[in-house]
Amino acid sequence: MNNDLFQDKLVHLKAVDTQVMAEAFSRWAQDSEYWRLLASDPSHSFSVKSTKEWLEKEQSKDPPGFYMFAIHTLDDDKLIGEIGLDAVELPHMETFVGIGLGERETWGKGFGTDAMRIILRYAFSELNLHRVSLTVFEYNPRAIQSYIKAGFVEEGRVRGFLHRAGRRYDLIFMGILREEWEKIHDYNSS
Amino acid sequence: MDIHKQLFVGPSVCLGPIDHEKDPPIMSQWTHDPEYLRLVDIKPAYPISAGQIKKKLEALEKEIEESKNLYYFTIRSKEDDRLLGFATIRWIEWTHGTGWIRLGIGNSQDWHKGYGSETLGLLLEYAFSELNLYRLGAEIPEYNLGALRLFEKVGFTQEVCRRQALNRDGRRWDALIYGLLRLEWEAQHEK
Amino acid sequence: MKNDLFHGDLVYLTAEESDTQAAAFSRWFRDTEYMRLLAVSPRVTWSTKKVKEWIEKDYEKDRPEGYFFNIRAKEGDKLIGFFGLWDVEANHADTIISIGIGEPDYWGKGFGTDAMRLLLRYAFVELNLHRVSLFVFAYNTRAIQSYYKTGFKLEGRMRAAMLRGGKRDDIVAMGILREEWEKNVI
Repeated sequence: MNNDLFQDKLVHLKAVDTQVMAEAFSRWAQDSEYWRLLASDPSHSFSVKSTKEWLEKEQSKDPPGFYMFAIHTLDDDKLIGEIGLDAVELPHMETFVGIGLGERETWGKGFGTDAMRIILRYAFSELNLHRVSLTVFEYNPRAIQSYIKAGFVEEGRVRGFLHRAGRRYDLIFMGILREEWEKIHDYNSS
Repeated sequence: MDIHKQLFVGPSVCLGPIDHEKDPPIMSQWTHDPEYLRLVDIKPAYPISAGQIKKKLEALEKEIEESKNLYYFTIRSKEDDRLLGFATIRWIEWTHGTGWIRLGIGNSQDWHKGYGSETLGLLLEYAFSELNLYRLGAEIPEYNLGALRLFEKVGFTQEVCRRQALNRDGRRWDALIYGLLRLEWEAQHEK
Repeated sequence: MKNDLFHGDLVYLTAEESDTQAAAFSRWFRDTEYMRLLAVSPRVTWSTKKVKEWIEKDYEKDRPEGYFFNIRAKEGDKLIGFFGLWDVEANHADTIISIGIGEPDYWGKGFGTDAMRLLLRYAFVELNLHRVSLFVFAYNTRAIQSYYKTGFKLEGRMRAAMLRGGKRDDIVAMGILREEWEKNVI
């Protein structure tokens, strides 16, 4: 069994420290481009205090409302983003994954794809899910490329879902099935 | 207009979150300047302690989260991260696409430096290209000449004159309502 | 002293039990035309129970948000509507009012105008206000006529402030000063 569940080539996933993550979130949210790539609700400023309270509330749920991990570089253990799986849809054994790299110097260098590989291994070999879904905005081609590399396939589009900066954009749904993941990954290696 | 543009950063100011530890004492100081209070609010000028402000800010964040029709930013100097003021878009009616703008620079030493103008520019971009509002309103007392000039400069039009609606210093003043439509702002911005 | 603050020619003002008020309000809330003339927010459906809770929550406040009255028709004693004087700014002596005649059979017959006269008398004689303000949707021509009749003046229009039924329209601002009201009153 490959017990190296939480790391891959460039990053490793760690537990979320609510104070550290709250400070990072608050700072990352100030980068409105980052926010607009990540989320559909309007870009906004979040105080460290309210973010920390929200994280603590989520962490106290049992079972977890979502499985959130902090993404750290293997190199120098720097916190560069977060990735998480939503609460699993029982009995369907499927869920949504979301990722955000708040540190913009890390964009386009494979860190996101690496984190995604780790989380998919977690989803299929630890949570035993049947499929993992995600949504991405059509104006985020870098992310779309990364997801395709990780094995996701486009499943549909919600046309004109987003209204931003004066025009409409599609919301893209992507998914990966267990059998597809098994073809490209081995349970016993990374 | 593009999604890569930084919404919260101007040449000399940043819009940002509340710092619940550092901001209350500074905001309390502002409430000891009646000139500032009278420019920014119609409630009777009244000083508030840092402790009370802290409670108000907590209640404000709760309201922002629950009501979903209110956005509040602190304004800080980009140079030294100093708290300069606040800016808010409130009373948002999503089905009509309308909202009301209010901003204030707390310390009179920071007036006439362009901070208000920069903040207003950022706020308009935010309102029109992130919240997708159709129109913005602002109510300004006629004696707030600085605000009248500022809003007119960015394209607001005076729409309503609420005659003698305010009473200060033993005389009556009009309360003016200014409005700006997204199409008007977009037309200016195309240049 | 003229003490006839609560009685007009066609209507009189009352305080009602929350049950009675809730029953009337929830019936009027179901009339889409009434709601679209009265309020900005989108139509929702509220049960009578929820309306009652909403009313009672307001009564519990130490300082009510405003001065609220129910309106009954003198003939037949029917509960037909309400008005409120909100945001009374003590230092500025101004108020923003709202008024609604919930029973459509009483529209266009002078009942609203009569109620408004009582409202203005209360505002200027009992609250000693300096002015009364209101906002009305541009498409509510019947109300606008009624407001002109009671002495309100046009103070401006908030352009394109409403979107309903696919159409943009203005919100009209009107106001009346004490000195104007004093001249008008017989």
